[in-house]
Amino acid sequence: MTPLSIPERLAKNRFVLDDDESHIEINQEVVKATGCGKAMVACCAAHVYTEEPDGTLSAEYAACLECGTCLAVAAPGALKWHYPRGGFGIQFREG
Amino acid sequence: MSEDTEPDFDVIVVGAGVAGCVTAYQLARQGRSVVLIERGEAPGSKNLSGGVLYCRGMQEVFPDFLDEAPVERRITRNYINFLNAESSIGIDYKDTRLTDPVNAVTVLRAKLDPWLAEKCEEAGVFIMSGVRVDRVLTEDGATGMRVVGVQAGEDELRAHVVVAADGVNSFIAQEVGLRTKQPLNHLATGVKCVVKLPRKSIEARFNLTGDEGAAFAVVGDCTEGVGGGGFLYTNTESISVGVVLRLDDLTAKKKVATDVFDRFLAHQFIAPYLEGGEVIEYGCHLVAEGGLDMVGEISMDGMIVVGDAAGLTLNTGLTVRGMDLAVASGVAAAVGIGAALEQKDCSKVGLAGYREALFASYAGKDMKTYAKAPSFLEVERMYKDYGELIGNVLYGVFSLDNEPREHLAKVALKAFKKSPVKFKHLVGDVIAGVRAL
Repeated sequence: MTPLSIPERLAKNRFVLDDDESHIEINQEVVKATGCGKAMVACCAAHVYTEEPDGTLSAEYAACLECGTCLAVAAPGALKWHYPRGGFGIQFREG
Repeated sequence: MSEDTEPDFDVIVVGAGVAGCVTAYQLARQGRSVVLIERGEAPGSKNLSGGVLYCRGMQEVFPDFLDEAPVERRITRNYINFLNAESSIGIDYKDTRLTDPVNAVTVLRAKLDPWLAEKCEEAGVFIMSGVRVDRVLTEDGATGMRVVGVQAGEDELRAHVVVAADGVNSFIAQEVGLRTKQPLNHLATGVKCVVKLPRKSIEARFNLTGDEGAAFAVVGDCTEGVGGGGFLYTNTESISVGVVLRLDDLTAKKKVATDVFDRFLAHQFIAPYLEGGEVIEYGCHLVAEGGLDMVGEISMDGMIVVGDAAGLTLNTGLTVRGMDLAVASGVAAAVGIGAALEQKDCSKVGLAGYREALFASYAGKDMKTYAKAPSFLEVERMYKDYGELIGNVLYGVFSLDNEPREHLAKVALKAFKKSPVKFKHLVGDVIAGVRAL
């Protein structure tokens, strides 16, 4: 099996992108104060989260596989994460 | 619900997974009006599982399940594998009795769930796909907050009972306080690839014929010592391969989930099974691992919780179950809701039949039987030391290096002395294991 990178694997999936609305909202102050950003980066299978050079945490919501792991490891108040609007986001063809 | 306003439906089911579909189907067959709301484009498009469905419960709901439903392969081979960096020790359990009657099948949820939803539709369930439920509608009732419906965008829908079948994250159950944020040792993240391979290659590599299937459960080096395991499940023309990593341990060990998965895929004893295959899908799923502790409250006035949303998953070390428990909870939910509607009492008291039916079924009983399994499976030694210990004993037996042999007991004792596992650990873990599993 060709060992694909995460972006290459994600490219095999079908996503319906919601151009208007991100379903992920990060509270930078809470992330900074609690240091939970590292765990969010490490646990996300889709590499949605990145620690930027300026110390903030960014989210590439379009790649999200909607599992909810980030919400489980995030400190309380660090993350507002809900499902994308109906019909948007990952659409599994295999599952 | 005020007595004078007639709701839109008897029951609103949120989430067209296994639990939601079975609940809706059973209620429609009782003649109830049911709407099944699904946020994915179509049923199944948000759903992902490892892939093994213990199917006897499903066959009670759908007697023709195995002939009609899009299942992949019938599991005849269960391989339990301690995988170390340099060695692999396994129990290879193959049994023709597992084919008659069929006990477990592999499934791909984006294919299975549309079939379940179609069955619901045939039974009279109204299906709304592509609709996300934003919040639960509540009113102040005689005994506190009472759920009366849901809101999706601009639309409000009302029913006598709302069923939260919206998966492990169940936002709607959290909203009304039926579920709280779970500790990390109750949760794991599952990461999975579906790898396409020709039928013939799968059958040759896994020693299968026809629609026979194999389920590999792997522990040890495959997760770099993180609590959890790896799996390989054969589908008809693909392999579901993944790891499940307990979040408390993954974060404590500061490992990156995708690094652990990549290392598993590249492991010298795993990679040959996947050789030449093409990744056709990549997904992940949060897994409830808390067992009975995680189930807690499953009903309130006007609402019940089923399947993953109710924490109904079970890892016994050997079998990893969720979908069969979802089926059982759907069946029990329909019994409880049916009785409540009959008595015109959809309060928590009126819905008590759900909990009774659930804990009278194999699902509730098994959750109780294996109540100690989660804490047993948190023992670190399971994920590294034991595999290496067995590997070193076997190496001592099989590596005939022109040195005189020693009795097995002596070889074992030497390996044991080198291992961080102490005798008291072994005895303690065996006793705990016997009690828990």
